Amino acid sequence: MSILVDKNTRVITQGITGKSGEFHTRLSHEYAPCFVGGVTPGKGGQKGVSDLPIFNTVHEAREKARANASMIFVPPPYAADAILEAIDAGIELIICITEGIPVLDMIPVKKALERSKSRLIGPNCPGVITPGQCKIGIMPGHIHKVGSAGIVSKSGTLTYESVGQTTAMGIGQSSCVGIGGDPIIGTNFIDILQLFEMDPQTEGIVLIGEIGGDAEIQAAKFIKEHIKKPVAAFIAGQTAPKGKRMGHAGAIISGGSGTAAEKMAALEEAGVTVAKSPADIGLALKTALEKKRR
Amino acid sequence: MNIHEYQAKLLFKQNGVPIPDGYLATNPTEAEFAMRRLGTEVAVVKAQVHAGGRGKAGGVKLAKTPEECRKIAEAMLGMNLITHQTYPDGKIVHKVYVEAGSKIVKEYYLALFLDREQAGVGIMFSTEGGMDIEEVAAKTPQKIVTVVVDPTVGLQGHHIRQLCWGMNLPESEQKELSPIVKNLYKMFIKYDYSMLEINPLIVNDQGKMFALDGKMIFDDNALYRQKEIDVFRDYLEEDEREVTASKFGLSYIGLDGNIGCLVNGAGLAMATMDIVKHYGGKPANFLDVGGGASQETVTNAFRILFADPGVKGLFVNIFGGIMRCDVIANGVVAAAKELGLRVPMVVRLEGTNVEKGKEILKNSGLNLYAASDMADGAKKIVELVK
Repeated sequence: MSILVDKNTRVITQGITGKSGEFHTRLSHEYAPCFVGGVTPGKGGQKGVSDLPIFNTVHEAREKARANASMIFVPPPYAADAILEAIDAGIELIICITEGIPVLDMIPVKKALERSKSRLIGPNCPGVITPGQCKIGIMPGHIHKVGSAGIVSKSGTLTYESVGQTTAMGIGQSSCVGIGGDPIIGTNFIDILQLFEMDPQTEGIVLIGEIGGDAEIQAAKFIKEHIKKPVAAFIAGQTAPKGKRMGHAGAIISGGSGTAAEKMAALEEAGVTVAKSPADIGLALKTALEKKRR
Repeated sequence: MNIHEYQAKLLFKQNGVPIPDGYLATNPTEAEFAMRRLGTEVAVVKAQVHAGGRGKAGGVKLAKTPEECRKIAEAMLGMNLITHQTYPDGKIVHKVYVEAGSKIVKEYYLALFLDREQAGVGIMFSTEGGMDIEEVAAKTPQKIVTVVVDPTVGLQGHHIRQLCWGMNLPESEQKELSPIVKNLYKMFIKYDYSMLEINPLIVNDQGKMFALDGKMIFDDNALYRQKEIDVFRDYLEEDEREVTASKFGLSYIGLDGNIGCLVNGAGLAMATMDIVKHYGGKPANFLDVGGGASQETVTNAFRILFADPGVKGLFVNIFGGIMRCDVIANGVVAAAKELGLRVPMVVRLEGTNVEKGKEILKNSGLNLYAASDMADGAKKIVELVK
């Protein structure tokens, strides 16, 4: 078992003929052959990277290639439209890698998602992987190992860091989900925590948050009430100055709220093992797993 | 992106939000003439810098005559204004805004912002204008009313009624507030704001409402379609290194430590600062080279780090996903050869093409310290700069 994606997932890439879209479709498809096509308007009927068929619209890809998941690499000005197209075509899982989408464009997307059966991961995220089964995104496949840690993170490279550490410790991963660092995202920590709680393969959960917003505080409340599996966490930006946007549009401390200290305290209070150093994420999970077993 | 008060006021004026009359001055003579043209008994001279807390720091002064206005401007222009929001070394005042004095009867607070949770435009209104709104929210939350507008539906009459009746505004003031809220909402959508704040929104002795100050923050991701706003960008107000970095597509923030950090990914860049501090060091910066950086971008990133005289050591921390380790390694080598390596450098590489990257560094003949993981790297660099 796993969450969100497995070997039966049928993926298309929206923006398959762009440089990044092409590169990462190839790497993902080489990792696990889950891709069934791609979409680039005007290039329908041609063959794309890895010999995948190209369609003009997502609707066509859904119908002809029976796609049920989409990976989006469309540039920021057109990305919201691309997500809306995937929702309209009834794609169940939409993973938007694109970084830099204007936040006001994401509001109608969020409202459309609420009325649909689609789930959006991202935008501005590394994607989703179930080791050994399916990789949709830009994460390096080889660092993963089939195992029992469920990883959910706002940051791309810190997801890799957590993967690297849990692989080195022999724990491995059930599934890894990068939810993205933007102010408005399709899927939050709570949704993924819930999925990991129900997934039999997942024995422990790693949550990687950062400064800004209060998603981690909400997650802490949810963990306290609903999550029985051991959880380890790390919050990036303990030393970040106020009022500065740290790369991610969402990572900004305004006034007194959204600080790392506040989030770490809330998570600890919820029984989560919080790593002070990013090098101790794997260790924190090990500690959490042992604590619960006793 | 932030803009100046005079630019914010111009936007208010163009979009039907009432403001007191005022003129921009870049020298004392202009300031004197500005007050003559206003013809009011009192004028307010306001320093134009990107920072709050100007009043307490001496950046807002009253003038009773055009001559006095000239003198105030003379003293204010070129002064180094230090407020609780500037860096400790303050900000030089290059421009002042001379505004007609207002007879203030009441002060309100009005702000529009992006509501992340509900995915909408939040509107916050309070009777406690001129105060720190976070303090009001903590101590007297009943004096604040907030509504969230779904932009796919749009601003409705009931939103405005909730604001008005929530604060029990007299009917004459409701008539003043209503068009202001409507116009601000239109502006919010039109210009891609993240935050738009009027504090204070005043009522004068004639019962009229005016925006006495305006703070605006724009969504950087939307600037590509906001040419009108983009020209307001004042590079003099921004950290020179940050400006240079943004031209190269890098995300850089200067800090006051001595360990220069070069990292890929915002989360890992923040975590690298954290781990350096964890082992007793002080990061000199936040630097995210981004996902798809080229060798040239990496070299430019090093240029910024090398140019900082405060940097006593460098820590390169890369976990390659999109970013390939060999590209980083080539950038490191090219920059070190071109600029000369005057401080110790610790490099930690992991992820895509890591073997190739390590090979390049090994064969470069450079005096680098290779780290086995993030903790090892942080410990090493902290020791080396001691």
